[in-house]
Amino acid sequence: MGRITLKNVSKTFGEAKVIPSIDLEINDGEFVVFVGPSGCGKSTLLRLIAGLEDVSGGQILIDGKDYTNNAPAERGLAMVFQSYALYPHMTVRNNIAFPLKMAKMDKAAIDKKVTDAARVLNLTDYLERRPSQLSGGQRQRVAIGRAIVREPSAFLFDEPLSNLDAALRGTMRLEITDLHHQLKTTMVYVTHDQIEAMTMADKIVVLNRGNIEQVGSPLELYRSPRNLFVAGFIGSPKMNLIEGAYAQSKGAKTAGIRPEHLLLSKDSGLWTGTVTVAEHLGADTFLHANVDGIGLITARCDGEFGVTYGDRIYLTPDEGKLHRFDGRGLAIGNAGLAA
Amino acid sequence: MARSVTTRHKVTATIFAWIVALLIFFPILYTIITSLKSETEAIAGFNLLPSFTLESYITVQTQRDYLTPFMNSVIISVGSTILALIIAVPSAWAMAFSPTKRTKDILMWMLSTKMMPAVAVLVPIYLIFRDLGILDSRIGLTVVLMLINLPIVVWMLYTYFREIPGEILEASRMDGAGLWQEIVYVLTPMAVPGIASTLLLNIILAWNESFWTIRLTTTNAAPLTAFIASFSSPQGLFWAKLSAASTMAIAPILILGWFSQKQLVRGLTFGAVK
Ligand SMILES: Nc1ncnc2c1ncn2[C@@H]1O[C@H](COP(=O)(O)OP(=O)(O)OP(=O)(O)O)[C@@H](O)[C@H]1O
Ligand SMILES: [Mg+2]
Repeated sequence: MGRITLKNVSKTFGEAKVIPSIDLEINDGEFVVFVGPSGCGKSTLLRLIAGLEDVSGGQILIDGKDYTNNAPAERGLAMVFQSYALYPHMTVRNNIAFPLKMAKMDKAAIDKKVTDAARVLNLTDYLERRPSQLSGGQRQRVAIGRAIVREPSAFLFDEPLSNLDAALRGTMRLEITDLHHQLKTTMVYVTHDQIEAMTMADKIVVLNRGNIEQVGSPLELYRSPRNLFVAGFIGSPKMNLIEGAYAQSKGAKTAGIRPEHLLLSKDSGLWTGTVTVAEHLGADTFLHANVDGIGLITARCDGEFGVTYGDRIYLTPDEGKLHRFDGRGLAIGNAGLAA
Repeated sequence: MARSVTTRHKVTATIFAWIVALLIFFPILYTIITSLKSETEAIAGFNLLPSFTLESYITVQTQRDYLTPFMNSVIISVGSTILALIIAVPSAWAMAFSPTKRTKDILMWMLSTKMMPAVAVLVPIYLIFRDLGILDSRIGLTVVLMLINLPIVVWMLYTYFREIPGEILEASRMDGAGLWQEIVYVLTPMAVPGIASTLLLNIILAWNESFWTIRLTTTNAAPLTAFIASFSSPQGLFWAKLSAASTMAIAPILILGWFSQKQLVRGLTFGAVK
């Protein structure tokens, strides 16, 4: 079981109020991702749950029991760090066995668990090596191995893949998702990476300056962002945010349209613009264009779209997928939900 | 082409390294050579080929007692080092793992005491020692040498401890280690190489310290540095005997240094993170 409840949790470092007050419910077995800009307090929140930092106020409950003032060791959680944080003087085998030794498990049971974990994580051939003799991906797998052998009630990940190259990150992403399907244990995962957040999460928590901006499934956040911040943060490339006459004509202070919801044409359309940058990725094309009377707009279309710098193009927003925001930045209606 | 250039580079670098090493080692080498000469050969002028006589060693052995100053050296250098470590380990630990805004200032201030010439405090220290009645005592010398080297010991340990990533300690806490288990299984193994090299370097520094050891001792607590100095007596300089005494004084520390060079050079780079 691993249901984590944050009640009114706050954290200050000296003068700085890093987390003003957070309420959050993480259900058993859920894969929850914290996203937000750098310095918004993602790691701090994770470390508060882990018990590596003390809360300044509020309560942390695990399965309904108050663990606010318990040491990390007593919370039954496992953490995987960005830097892997392996024990450099121990072999891979001893690294993975360490939490079991701390739990005073007997030798035979430890051996069996380590062997099993190593097989799941493809580490069998490396058990006698030291961390310094492993590649980045292998080190991260050892760190995950060390976390899973204890059968914790929840896993905490702090940007575990950000030290890996793009290809390896893709593979490890699948491995962690797969692990979650097998173990069905609660996972709380901090990341910068849009793709990780969208593909892995059951539930995304968008943080900004220590506050929760929105909580929801990836598609909920994509389709109906609650405010301008979430609208700009979720989705890649970013949603186009348009102010002025066009927005007013739609009854909003700001109108938002995602790059993939613009119809591109070389002949006709609602808006006309000049291409400033064309990024041809093969599978799709990103166009950045200066649109008359609107400003800079990013559009995305499937496949190849043969234009280059300086070409005139026509763009038509799919008005059914238009997002509208009022003067305070809050979404009006549920236009996006229609999709 | 490229290969021959790098080979030539390597050869040049090797030759250069040997020249520097020889320059540094030459005084010691010449001391050893001179100690194997007869007294007349020694004053005769520069000569790299001694007659390999052990006469000076025999005279030094019979004229003076070697064992007492040797034991004094061991006690003073090891004692002051252990004392310094007992004080420096916790303080460096505190500064490395829970630094405050003033930590850097304190470290700088400690180091600045080493920038002052030792003579500047000779008189007050001499007077304090006289009043406490610890002139020419092992205790007194041990304390002085401990104080002299303490800033360096704290600095060295601080830099070693700083390299231990805090996340590893946090990982051990997450893995269920209590404070004691964290210290025994994680901290200590990672800190030991740093402490060991600090220990060795400080023993060498204390062994070779000659300003305070010569000035604060006469006979009882005189270590090997004072033993060497006693051979440049007013009755005249005996180069061969002086060299023999010096060789006997530095031999133990040279041997220790030789066997522990790996430990001395070794840092804390393990590849635990990144
Ligand atoms: N020990 C600390 N003392 C003082 N301030 C801290 C401490 N730890 C974090 N902070 C501050 O708290 C804020 C949030 O930090 P945190 O590490 O949680 O951000 P983050 O969202 O994880 O950022 P990133 O994405 O860059 O990792 C930052 O402004 C940071 O400077
Ligand atoms: Mg962080």
